[in-house]
Amino acid sequence: MNKVDLNGTLVKADIVDQVYEKVGFTRQEAVQAVEILFDEIKSELAHGNNVRISRFASFILREKKARNARNPKTGETIRIRPRTVLTFKPSKQLLDSTNQSSCDDNSDS
Amino acid sequence: MTKAELVERVANQINLTKKQTEVVVNTVFSSITESLAEGKKVELRGFGSFRIRQRNARVGRNPKSGQKVEVPSKKVPFFKAGKELRELVDKHEKAQEVES
Repeated sequence: MNKVDLNGTLVKADIVDQVYEKVGFTRQEAVQAVEILFDEIKSELAHGNNVRISRFASFILREKKARNARNPKTGETIRIRPRTVLTFKPSKQLLDSTNQSSCDDNSDS
Repeated sequence: MTKAELVERVANQINLTKKQTEVVVNTVFSSITESLAEGKKVELRGFGSFRIRQRNARVGRNPKSGQKVEVPSKKVPFFKAGKELRELVDKHEKAQEVES
């Protein structure tokens, strides 16, 4: 089940492959390293701390206040409880790399 | 948490030096960056997905002078947290919040 290329989408297995090729250790170790990496980011965010990966992006937690909203279908008013949401702020370098390429794809669905 | 701290924490859990771990961390993020630059989506189970959103060119205004400025179209990387991560992040808040 490795090397599944769902219409060009990059999945964890592809990242593992790249790590595996780049560093001289077993595939099993590469899987483990990638798994631990994302687990660490998750656990840091779960503890309420922001994560900043320089040259990539920041994952920033934002507190949202409780507010009233409406179900657009029924018009019913509901209370939305205060919550914490995760926002993503791309770094300058990441923005530059997505805008430098002159690929003219209009594939939007 | 910064990238350096991330490297340290990952290195502490596996049999790799800090240098090797740094290569791993850099490879992971440059792999995501390259895919996005090629216009590809990135989907990571249990974490979330990254994709590119196209922002059309528009006429903006300099808020100070009121002068019109052409803002060119651009491709903005966008991240959507997966269900697991979204709930994980919010659970923390719920635990602290006292029902009022």
